[in-house]
Formats: sequence, C-alpha cells, structure tokens
Amino acid sequence: MQTEIVIAGFGGQGVLFAGQVLAYAAMDNGKEVTWIPSYGPEIRGGTANCTVIIADEEIGSPMVRHPQALVAMNLPSLDKYESAVIENGTLIVNTSLIERPVQRDDLHSVLIPANEIAESLGDKRMTNIVMVGALLAQEPILPIEAIEAALQDHLPQRHKKLLPLNYQALREGAEFVRKERIGQKT
Amino acid sequence: MGLNPPVETVYKRPETFTQTTTHYCPGCTHGVAHRLVAEVMEEMNLQEKTIGVASVGCSVFIYNYIDCDFVEAAHGRAPAMATGIKRVLPDRIVFTYQGDGDLASIGMAEIVHAAARGENITAIFINNANYGMTGGQMAPTTLPGQKTTSSPTGRDVEQTGFPIRTAEMLATLDGAGYIVRRSLHDPKNIRKAKKSIRLAFETQQRGLGFSMVELLSTCPTNWGLNPIEALQWIEERMLPVYPLEDFKVSPSLSQVRV
Amino acid sequence: MAKELLKGNEAIAEAAIRSGLEAYFGYPITPQTEILEWFSRRMPELGRTFLQAESELAAINMVYGAACTGARVMTSSSSPGISLMMEGISYIAGTEIPVVLVDVMRGGPGLGNIAPAQGDYNQIVHGGGHGDFRPIVLAPASVQESIDLTIEAFELADKYRAVVVVLIDGCIGQMMEPAELPPMQPIQKRNQEWAVTGAKDRERRILSSIYIDPEDEEVINFRLLERWNEIEANELRYKEYFMEDAELVVIGFGTAGRVALSAVRAARSEGIPVGLLRPITVSPFPYARIKKLTELACGMLVVEMNSGQMLQDVLAAVGGKIPIEFYGRMGGVVPLPDEILAEIRRLCYEPVAPSADPRKSWMKRMDIAKN
Repeated sequence: MQTEIVIAGFGGQGVLFAGQVLAYAAMDNGKEVTWIPSYGPEIRGGTANCTVIIADEEIGSPMVRHPQALVAMNLPSLDKYESAVIENGTLIVNTSLIERPVQRDDLHSVLIPANEIAESLGDKRMTNIVMVGALLAQEPILPIEAIEAALQDHLPQRHKKLLPLNYQALREGAEFVRKERIGQKT
Repeated sequence: MGLNPPVETVYKRPETFTQTTTHYCPGCTHGVAHRLVAEVMEEMNLQEKTIGVASVGCSVFIYNYIDCDFVEAAHGRAPAMATGIKRVLPDRIVFTYQGDGDLASIGMAEIVHAAARGENITAIFINNANYGMTGGQMAPTTLPGQKTTSSPTGRDVEQTGFPIRTAEMLATLDGAGYIVRRSLHDPKNIRKAKKSIRLAFETQQRGLGFSMVELLSTCPTNWGLNPIEALQWIEERMLPVYPLEDFKVSPSLSQVRV
Repeated sequence: MAKELLKGNEAIAEAAIRSGLEAYFGYPITPQTEILEWFSRRMPELGRTFLQAESELAAINMVYGAACTGARVMTSSSSPGISLMMEGISYIAGTEIPVVLVDVMRGGPGLGNIAPAQGDYNQIVHGGGHGDFRPIVLAPASVQESIDLTIEAFELADKYRAVVVVLIDGCIGQMMEPAELPPMQPIQKRNQEWAVTGAKDRERRILSSIYIDPEDEEVINFRLLERWNEIEANELRYKEYFMEDAELVVIGFGTAGRVALSAVRAARSEGIPVGLLRPITVSPFPYARIKKLTELACGMLVVEMNSGQMLQDVLAAVGGKIPIEFYGRMGGVVPLPDEILAEIRRLCYEPVAPSADPRKSWMKRMDIAKN
C-alpha cells in the first residue's frame, strides 16, 4: 500500500512545511515515508512543490509521474499537475486563488476557499494547514490526531504559540469537506 | 693561565639544519634563506612544535634540509594546507616556504585568503623573478624587459602585464600582522632578513595574524649570470621594482626585541 | 535512538559529527550546501573546526593539511566543485592518508544545473585525479544508508589510509526520510604513527606524495594496488531484491537503483521474474557477483542517471554472455518507475542479441520517443 501526494503552490505558502507535517505524522505512525522538494532558484519566490510518499514497505522512487493526490494551492500548480493525478485520485483545490473550474471529471475534487477559512481564523498563514485538513478528510491516509501530534512535536519552537490555531485550521479544513459531502447527499 | 686562548664558538651549523648537501645551484640564495629559518627555529626553540609546508618549486626538497616535521603541498596550495594543519593544531608553529611562481601565480588565491583570514601562519616567500625549477620561465614577478625562456625577447608589459608586488598587496589586508620585504644580496641585508623571519615567527607565536617575509633571491643559473653578478643584479635591477620595506607591522610587535 | 525525519545532506553532516569528525573545510555549491551550513552551526558549538574556504581547491587542500595531522576530517561538494578538488584528491591518495569526501552529484557537464544526476561516476570511480590509484566509493540510496555509509566511510578511510567518497545525488541530498542517527562518539585523539604533529620525543616525519625516483614511485603504485586488492576482497557491498528466482536482472545504484526498485516491484506484480542488484560500493564494483548472475539470468538492464558510465563496468563483468540493455536519463532528469517498467517489459518480451550495443539501441529508442 502506497500513497503519493504532491503539494504545490507559491513559495511562502507553506507548501514544503505542509508536506513535512504529513511526513512527520506518517513516521510517527510507523509508516515508511519520503519527502522531496523541488529545490534551488526555482523555489525562491516562485513555485514550490514537494512530493510525499507514504507506504507500508521500503519506498523505491521518491517521485512519481501519477500521484494519488494533488494539493493545489494556486493556479500554476493546478495547471501543471492536474493532468498528472492518477485516475480516481484526489484533488484539493484552493479556490481562494484558483478561479477556473477543474477540468478532470475522473477525480475526487474538493474545492475549498482555504485562504478565506484561514483569514476567518485570524491568520492567513494557516492556509496550508487548512488544505492538509481537507486532504485528510477526503483521503484518510492518516488520522487528524496524528497530524496534531506531529505539529505538537515538530512545529518550530518560535511558532509553538500558534499550535491551537494550527489545530483549528486542520479541523476547519476537514469540517469543510464533511459539510460539502453532506450538502452533496441532500 | 694556559698557553691556549679561550675558545668561543661564533658560528656553527644550527641543530635544526640537517647534515646534508643541498641540491641548489652554486650561488643560489635558497640555502641562505633555509639557514636563516633554521637558525630562527633553533633560537626560538621551535623545532619540536613546528610543521613546515614545502611547496612546488626549487625548494620542493626543503624537508631534506630543515629538520622538523614537514608536509609537501600541491603547487600553490601551501597556505591552504598550512591552514588545515594550524586549525586542528593551533598551538603548533606552521610555516610555508614558497617561490614566486607558487605563491604569486598559481597560489595567489590561497595566499590572499590566508592573509585575509588572519591565518596564524608564516609564509617565507622567495622572489627570484622567474620560475627556477622548470628552467627559468617568466613569473608574475619577472621584471619588465627581463629575458626568460618563455619571454625570450624580454617581458613585454603590453602583452604580459606588470610585476606583482605581493608584499604591498597583502599588507592592505586587515588579517595581516607582519608583512615585509627583505633581500639576500649582501651580509647586512641577510642579517635584516633573519631579524624579520624571527619577527614573523614571533607574530605567529603571539597570535597576531598572518605573517610573510618576501625575500629577494638569486637565480644565477636561469639569469645567466655568475653568483656575484647575480647578487649585483638584485641590487641594481630588483630593488628599484621591489623596495625593501616594512609594509605592515602589528603594533603589538613593537615590544618584541630580537 | 528513535527515528527522526532527516534531510539527506544534514543527516550526512550529523553522522560525520557523531563519528568524531574534528574538522570540516568546504565551499558552498547547490545541491550540497546544507552539509556546509549544518557544519557551520554544529562544529563551532562543539568546539571543533569549521572553515568556509575560498574555493573547492583550497578546501580539499585544507583537508589534506588537517588529515596529515591524523585528525578525522572531511569535505563535501557537488560535481563542478569535485572537478576542482581532483588535484587534492590525487595528492591525498599519493600521500596515503585517510580522507572522506561527499559528492552530491548534479547535472552536467560544465555548469549544467542543480538537478540530481549521476554523471560523476567516471570522474570518481575511474578517476579521482591523476595517477594510479582508486578511491573507495560508497553509493547510498536512502537517508538511513547515507548515515550508515558516512560512518563506515571514516572507518574504511582509516583502515586503508585511503580516500573514501560517499557518492549521492541531489535527490538523496535534498529528500527527507525517517532515519536513525548513531550515538555521539567523542573525538578520539588518535596517535597515528605517520601523522605530522611536531617532532617531539620522536623522529621527525615527512608526508609527501613526491617520489622523484620512478622506481620508488612504482613501489608506491604497487603498494596502493595491493591495498586495493585487499579492499576488493573485503569491502564489496551490494543489495539484492527479488533475486531468488529472477530471470532478468536490473542493475542501478543510488537514486536510479531505488527508482528501479519501484519498477521491479510493478513488473513482479505483472508476473515478470525480475530482480534488482543495487551496488552499494561502486568502487570496488561487484564484478564477480554480476558475472555469477549471468549464469542465472537471461538478460540484464542497467539503469543510470548518465549516459551509461557504470554500464561499461557491467559489460566488462558480463563479457557478452547474455544480452544487456541500457536505460539512462541525463542532464539532471530523474527517470520515473514507469519508464523503467517499460524497459523491463521490453527486455522480457522482445529479447535482444548479446552482441547488440546497448547504448546505441537506447539512443535510438530515446530518439523515437522524442519524435
């Protein structure tokens, strides 16, 4: 069993950290995991992405052509990776910054205004964690509690005071997906 | 009162100098420079704590003559190698002995940065205005118009630029503690050279930063002169281009009497 | 100790520190700069030596000097910087002193780019500077293996008074994986009988790579070769996957090796009897094992992130006995598992003649794929 997640967005959106939080949580839950960023000049102020692979056995390639899930934080990321997601895969779209509709109809897509949700919590920097919450609600790779524990253990000391806000962002992201689902059913 | 007057030794081979004949050409002043270093090492009682860094050039076998631990560096890299040694053994005395091709051409980056870092090492820099070991090619120190095997019609400054005054240049760096130029062309200057080598090692021992003594030296074979003419050539031709001065002397050295 | 999520470059640096590293000299270059940055913080806080040199040339020569004192010392760089270090590496080998070097390979030749590549195989495995010597080259494929082999690199360097290179690429340097670091080892002041430390209460010592009499130099050349034979006999390491009943064998090292593992698993799930050989030491190279595998397998596929530099060694080991195919990506492009899976399928269903030139047929296929 192996799940590949690509998280992509602008530099500064916390894309790499969002991936690391997943990786920490996976590690703490006894999974095999790899996290690999795009690196170098391209991430300085431009687009940033990372691939996280979570598996039960030794991971071969740390990169894949067709990931199971894409977390698109901005439009260039959706443009670049939408076609790559595997059939029946998961797509989390930050509609705060992406106005165009999703083109693929064979994906489980979540359209979430992550910036607005983060801003409603009082801190735009929580956008990435809102997206992680949405991802895990749609694709239950790891329990939300595992992410909370990972944040607790690995959030840099200077950001520790933001811990409650991070928890809230995580749950708001997940809650949004659940509400959407109920909305679709009724 | 005996018939024999009391005997006083006024001149002897320093213990730090090995009992070996050098491979240098007749009239070459490398041997003089070696001896001055050996004498200073002995006077300062440094033999057991000194590590020399030999370079590539005629002095490549300096370790056969000066009796202390030695390493042999790649061409131009002696200051880097000395840095590596000094950084892990900061209480040892580390010196390089480099010619002008080694220090001022291929190794210019290494010497400049060692000086800029204030690396607590000493460089003995032999300037004889040509590449001696490879048979007398043009060096960065070669005088304008000077004939060498790679400037057969004389160094053309339009094509090959001008002599580099290394001591003056390094003296501009804040990391340098002691930078002087001396010459080996007569006894008076040799005595001054020895005093400066002593001060360079004192600089290092006191942790006052990078020290270098540039020594104008003869190369009779490659200059095509006999030994006496070669000494005169330094005085007449080199001194006007390379003045013998103290370019940088750390104020803390003023208390040192040698 | 518990597992931590560690970046390859930083894990290597910390593993070196915990192995009792006394001094590091280096120069910034992507994608290895995290190694230098890690040391710049950690070494001073431990009272050890860190120095950013003015160039890779200076860095390797500082390492050379420090190693001559018997200190445990290392440097790291990436491909273009390693090219600059070649001079020092050869001198270190000629002087027979232990040094560890990390090469985080990137795309080339020339300035190339900063993406992961394996184009330094020849310059390191068959190179390492002028003259007659061979470095030991360890090629980890994961963060944990990078840690383990860094520790081992220091032991091997000491044991054989040799240059040991940890050869990774930007991918392993930049990726994070859970891994376990070793416990902190104190610095051991080792009184090496060859080290220059100042001739106090002993005969003086001279460390040099100069042997002006050719016959003396030849003695050294033989000594290095004898030591190499010992290394080949004792230090060969590789890892095999699904090899028990394999009829086809994929060979790849480092990142190419682990990408190939994904492809081999996928092929196995399709019922193709394929195994993977991942050399961990690329120098010494597992010639004998590959030769042995030709008795069991009916075809081999070599996968690399270069134009087939290790392929030459595999060809030498196989000696034309079975067909070999090659698949490479170059210039900083990392192959993905589906590309290698396609190659495995082709090797399985469209066998080639043992005499075919694997590099030429690969180029032809790449050409067709492009058009």
